[in-house]
Amino acid sequence: MSSEEKQPLLEIKDLYKEYDKKMVLNDIQLQINKGEVIVVLGPSGCGKSTLLRCLNGLEPIQGGEIKLRGKSLSGKDVDWQKIRQHIGMVFQNYDLFPNMTVIENILLGPIKVQKRDKNQVLMQAKELLDRVGLLDRIDAYPRQLSGGQKQRIAIVRALCMNPEIMLFDEVTASLDPEMVREVLEVILGLAKQGMTMIIVTHEMAFAQAVADRIVFLDAGNICEIAEPQEFFTDPKTERAKQFLNIFQY
Amino acid sequence: MQSSVISMVFTSQNLMRLMGGLLVTARIAFISIAIGSIAGIGFGLLMTSKSKWIKGICRLYLEIFRIIPILVWLYIVYFGITSALNIHLEGELVAMIVFSLWGTAEMGDIVRGALESLPRHQIESGRALGLGFWKLYRYVLIPQAVRRMLPGAINLATRMVKTTSLVVLIGVVEVVKVGQQIIEVSRFQVQTASLWIYGLLFILYFIICYPLSVLSKRLEAKWSN
Ligand SMILES: Nc1ncnc2c1ncn2[C@@H]1O[C@H](COP(=O)(O)OP(=O)(O)O)[C@@H](O)[C@H]1O
Ligand SMILES: [Mg+2]
Repeated sequence: MSSEEKQPLLEIKDLYKEYDKKMVLNDIQLQINKGEVIVVLGPSGCGKSTLLRCLNGLEPIQGGEIKLRGKSLSGKDVDWQKIRQHIGMVFQNYDLFPNMTVIENILLGPIKVQKRDKNQVLMQAKELLDRVGLLDRIDAYPRQLSGGQKQRIAIVRALCMNPEIMLFDEVTASLDPEMVREVLEVILGLAKQGMTMIIVTHEMAFAQAVADRIVFLDAGNICEIAEPQEFFTDPKTERAKQFLNIFQY
Repeated sequence: MQSSVISMVFTSQNLMRLMGGLLVTARIAFISIAIGSIAGIGFGLLMTSKSKWIKGICRLYLEIFRIIPILVWLYIVYFGITSALNIHLEGELVAMIVFSLWGTAEMGDIVRGALESLPRHQIESGRALGLGFWKLYRYVLIPQAVRRMLPGAINLATRMVKTTSLVVLIGVVEVVKVGQQIIEVSRFQVQTASLWIYGLLFILYFIICYPLSVLSKRLEAKWSN
């Protein structure tokens, strides 16, 4: 194998980010290979959401570099609109557009942004909706859906753009407990298919099951990167131990 | 006798004249509302601009229309600007210009309020899908804003309809003026003429404004089902 083929899909180097002169992310180094699932853990306010938002350009960074397949995403001439089509993101808040039906939500990006053929996208959308068990809600409006259904649709909407990498920011955090599972199962299914993902979550069992690597973030710094088995049974840092203790009772 | 009184005031000729006046009122109001609504969306977008300069200039424009009474605006344009530029403009055209500028200002502020009330994550999830500025507004933000601004916009439209009664002061013969002319003529034979005529005007204004509020109720019901 040549070194190019082994180059990481996404590379974060020396990333520094601040809000109004206040450091939020510092000295972040991370490489994500194709097909890898990274779970980012950390106390609230430590910068997890900000990290994901920097990766698809929703937040400008003040230092360091992000590379997608070796190409730098820093600098003024970067076309984020293009890059965002390769990086799908699902947020904590239900972010479907309430003025559109499920299928209109899903088709908007592929047709209006990517200019793809409508029939082809429609077929793909139906297949994905079927896979998340929501094909019968295709013409529903978001207000007619439960929280868990909305999040599954939001995932389908992002997938229909054919992204190379998916970012999930606490997508089950606002859900009723009984709906968490149906959403996490969809994400587990994606992992099985080899989707590259960066997932922020507070569901520890899920994190352990889905992750190839755990990244533990604290106060804007990466404290620890480890395989899940190791991280959950034998964390190296004091901060990670304290963090895990909160979840173990 | 009561019925003869009514027939003396509401001759078919008088009714025709009143309808003509009503048409002038409706023409000024609806053309200005249409122009003000479309331009107001653009103005509202400008008002949400990040640039302090653009924001400041928009704010100034809005405040100028809020502080200076519409009647003064009508005078400024009809007497002031026409004589300064040495041109002649019809009163009705002046009325449409002033009302359109006013409508743009007020409508813009309604659009601004609606856009700013949209949750921030709607913008972010649109951007995350790769939508650029125009597509984000066109498909996501404006359709949602339209729903939120409907009550305010209808309120503005009815205010504009009612304020058209001022244009008589720059010589436009609209429905109120026609009514006054009829009262003048028939006052001596029919002492209650003004009651009858103004009563009819009340109904005519109602006929113009009522469809607007029905429309807004319908749309609100449709969007919130
Ligand atoms: N738009 C913003 N402006 C200023 N500070 C912000 C903004 N967004 C987040 N922050 C701050 O950045 C830090 C990290 O936030 P965030 O990434 O949301 O943390 P997490 O997702 O891990 O809970 C917090 O201290 C938060 O207050
Ligand atoms: Mg967060």
